[in-house]
Amino acid sequence: MLTRQRRRLYAKIAVLAGLCVGAAFAGLPVVWMLSTSFKTNGEVFQVPPRLITDNFSFDAYAKILGDAAQLRFFINSYIVALSVTVLTLFVAILAAYGFSRYNFPMKRSINAVIVTVQAVPPITLVIPYFGLVVGLGLYNTYPGLILTHMVFTLPYAIIMMTAYFNTLPRELDESVKVDGASSWTALWRILVPISVPGLVAVGVYTFMISWNEYLFALTLTRTDDMRTVPIGIQLLMGQHSYEWNQMMAMSILGSIPVLLLFLLFQRRFIGGLTSGAVKA
Amino acid sequence: METAKLDPAASPGAPPPAAESAAGRRRSTRPFPVQRVVPFGYLSPTLILIFVLMIIPIAMVVSYSFKDNVIVEQNPVFAGLANYTTVLTDPNFLAALKNTFIFITLSTAAHLGLGLAFATMLNSPLLGGVTKAIFRIVYILPWLFTVAVIAVIWRLMLDPSGVVNYILTTIGVLRAEVSWLSDPNMALWALTFINIWAGFPFFMISILAGLQGISPVLYEAASVDGATAFRQFRNVTLPQLKPVLLSMAVLDLIWTSQQFALIWMTTGGGPLNVTEMLSTYTYKQAFSSYEFATASAAAVIVLLLTMILAVFYVRLQKER
Repeated sequence: MLTRQRRRLYAKIAVLAGLCVGAAFAGLPVVWMLSTSFKTNGEVFQVPPRLITDNFSFDAYAKILGDAAQLRFFINSYIVALSVTVLTLFVAILAAYGFSRYNFPMKRSINAVIVTVQAVPPITLVIPYFGLVVGLGLYNTYPGLILTHMVFTLPYAIIMMTAYFNTLPRELDESVKVDGASSWTALWRILVPISVPGLVAVGVYTFMISWNEYLFALTLTRTDDMRTVPIGIQLLMGQHSYEWNQMMAMSILGSIPVLLLFLLFQRRFIGGLTSGAVKA
Repeated sequence: METAKLDPAASPGAPPPAAESAAGRRRSTRPFPVQRVVPFGYLSPTLILIFVLMIIPIAMVVSYSFKDNVIVEQNPVFAGLANYTTVLTDPNFLAALKNTFIFITLSTAAHLGLGLAFATMLNSPLLGGVTKAIFRIVYILPWLFTVAVIAVIWRLMLDPSGVVNYILTTIGVLRAEVSWLSDPNMALWALTFINIWAGFPFFMISILAGLQGISPVLYEAASVDGATAFRQFRNVTLPQLKPVLLSMAVLDLIWTSQQFALIWMTTGGGPLNVTEMLSTYTYKQAFSSYEFATASAAAVIVLLLTMILAVFYVRLQKER
């Protein structure tokens, strides 16, 4: 009996040790980014490296937040990501309702197209998008970015929302329809309000995709006042000759929205994410 | 917003309510055409967007790839397969193909291995819930940062005078500092390592969900039969996870092959093209050399390669 307990203890220590090694691999670069953002630029590469240096300060953050050009990147990212989220949810709710509650010709083929769209490489799309967006006069505008970001967010949102609506019994909307209400009313009065958990998961993921998007933001905008956060971080790399502390401060500020959303909705989000990715 | 809102409101929203109940009253004597239109009304914004954002662009890029002087010239001329010949005989393209292959297979294999290892440990019954929850958050961290941030973090860490070199030279693994991202012998491996770091959490989460879905009865049966922990892993866990692992692997091959931002912001395809990938090659053809026609040919080739993987993925999904 004792040996068995001892074996369990050893196994537990081994698992914990393994987890700590993994945590160092995953976490240390993030810790180092955080630490660097509080240093002066002269201390970034000091030997030996230290986590907290003598000149610990928030100067790098103050520089970024006091610079209107940098703040503009954040405003742009919020405008684009929030618009993409609202539009994606709206269009996805309608499509998911159609898929979940109706049978119609070509249903399977349309569904197959939506699934396949997810696999089309952005690099293939960026060339015609460039031609299209310039042709439509949307080059270097918000609508150009918002529209093109939806190609990434919409398929996933539709698949997730269809799965969500499928879990809700049809009797719910039928009961309203019996009273003479339209399917439109049933959708917005009954289904959408009880689907808030699903909508939140899809919305958070949509926001993250748009906030993080790089290739389209790089090619479809030109002037600094239209650039988003990921491009802003890259610009900071070229502009000042490696102000590492400011680059790290900007990176952290740029990651906060996604980190917050994730921490707030962690459980709902992971559940939705895995069910969508593995069953899609 | 305007167009998206107008559409559904105009087609399914307004007319169907009356028509639908009317169709109901007339029982099923008529093949109620209105009923048939309703789902398409709900789908119309999606169908329009897919048409504008997917069908038209793909048709455009395919047509570009058979022409000469597209986008930059007013009147492009038909060029047949010339662009494809140019691309397929370009040593840089072939190098990009090879690098992409190395990059995606190594990344996917490592993602699978690390994801499986971490997920198994996080699922261990030996640990308490709080401990697991804390570790899980730490493990997910890399996945929460945008690629631009990941590129900046690793450029700092892998700088010749950075902390990675400091640690490796201090403990004696390296004798001299290495310029990880600008040494032609190192850049591809360093880049692959960064990508492994950035992508494993997604695997881990999915595998963890898969592990939690395995019925405990199977393990009980195995331990009654006297199976060791290792044999339980091999004979119960792996077979049960196989569908998830296969789908995730194909999905990861597709995603990793599409990686552009990380490469662009760490090495830019250099030094000496050793980290040139299909995505950076295509991008440079288009937006650095303004050779939109050859870029389109490369883009179509990338699309075809991806579609092969995608068909494979859909097959796997259907089998399950």
